[in-house]
Amino acid sequence: MTNTLHRYGASPSFNDDYIVFAICCRGKNEKDALPRLKKFLHMAIPFKPVNLGDARNGGCLRPSAQLNPTNHWNRDMTPDFERVANGLDAPTTVAAVFDNRKAATDFIAQVKAENLGLSINVSTSVDNAVACCDETGLVRHSVGYSLGFEGKTEKLPNTQTLTLSTMCGHGMVSHSLAKKMIDWVKEGRRSPEEAVTYLARFCSCGVFNPSRARRILEDARRSMQ
Amino acid sequence: MRINPDKCVACGNCTYVCPMGAIYIDPAIKRATIDRDECVECYACYNGLSKESLNPTMVRTVRSLFQMFRVRFDPEPDVCPTSAFEPDKLEWPRVVRRAFSDPRVPHESTGIEGRGTEEVKTNDVSGRVKEGEVGFTIEFGRPGVGARFHQIERMSTRLAKAGVDFEKKNPVTTLMTDQATGKLREEILNEKVMSAILEIKTSVDRVEEIIRIVKEVEKEIDTVVVLGVGVRCDAKGEDHIVAPILEKLGYELHRAKTNIGLGRITNPDLVQVQQSEPAGAAK
Repeated sequence: MTNTLHRYGASPSFNDDYIVFAICCRGKNEKDALPRLKKFLHMAIPFKPVNLGDARNGGCLRPSAQLNPTNHWNRDMTPDFERVANGLDAPTTVAAVFDNRKAATDFIAQVKAENLGLSINVSTSVDNAVACCDETGLVRHSVGYSLGFEGKTEKLPNTQTLTLSTMCGHGMVSHSLAKKMIDWVKEGRRSPEEAVTYLARFCSCGVFNPSRARRILEDARRSMQ
Repeated sequence: MRINPDKCVACGNCTYVCPMGAIYIDPAIKRATIDRDECVECYACYNGLSKESLNPTMVRTVRSLFQMFRVRFDPEPDVCPTSAFEPDKLEWPRVVRRAFSDPRVPHESTGIEGRGTEEVKTNDVSGRVKEGEVGFTIEFGRPGVGARFHQIERMSTRLAKAGVDFEKKNPVTTLMTDQATGKLREEILNEKVMSAILEIKTSVDRVEEIIRIVKEVEKEIDTVVVLGVGVRCDAKGEDHIVAPILEKLGYELHRAKTNIGLGRITNPDLVQVQQSEPAGAAK
């Protein structure tokens, strides 16, 4: 889940971006982890996550293996959280994405009470994570800081595109597609909601934040006005 | 990965979804084509595009008619209308491309999907990074640029000269022929991957030195690098040591992943060992 760490943006840009994920430590606590991971996912649903996923099967918006031509006019854009929670079939990293601190904090409090024994991490701004811990009476164990992109940064796209595409740290949301969606929204060819679902389907572990993506696309459209 | 030319209708959707920009419409054959040297076998095209099974001849005819009247064909942008992508059987060394690029494939060396690393995500259970230590993740090619192993080797050999320890449970470390020199297996050096992570651990007093080395090597390699710095917090959950060093070096610490310390050893064999040891011995 380094894939959630290096999202592009300054701290305030993460005020609608909280990823709470659970991971096993190989050789230490992975045995019989599957029911605990499933429980983590099921527990998240009442707190209204904006995405839910596992690293093997994907998020709550997934590509279709068999579309038919009529689907182009009535594609299902409804996130299917139960499918994610019920579909987990092997221990892997699982994640719940929230767009507000209250939901994230309430969920963390529930996870703490359940004592699942899994390693739980919160990926957001440094300040947001501290606040989540303070509000749930937890003490930070370890922190992994992102120091940002370096090297040949001239190979990177513009900041709006980067803010969208880095929401899949595995690189499955290409810069080109992110740029295309920004352009399509600006041109009025697609709504931000539609563009977000296209992008989210490429994220293969469900950590893409559709709510933040919608905000970024709406900002991009407004900047044209 | 390959695109079946009998099925492809050159709609162009896949040219945008390829994170490496390795897919283009070849004007000579009027079909989408993959630049195999640039393709990292991430399967974003195969796994990410929704699939339809339309008749290719029918789609090509309709598209030609639209084009004749300058009417814009506006398909859904995340669909391959004729299911034209077909995975190749990957042989060594090309198979490392997929291992480091397709996040759904677990790394054999660690059993973990994605880039195959645990870092401080499981530090509450593994104890990998202790107080006074710093775990570095040095990731090459991210975001969306890609990296070749000879670029990664440039960094690993330089770090090895500085006498750092490479994390053993890391997919790149397992590809080293000699951890003392940081040399990687010769046959993979020109393989391109979406991204790969070198993991090292040092004492806190070497943070500045390591960052200086990384910055020097960054200038020599033709890709992007992103650094992650993992630390163990003190008993109050604070980090008063490493964050100030990083800030002094000019880094703004916007984002982090925070391990909130709820993990514990639960594998029955280890729990039994813990219970049979005298109090405090398990640490």
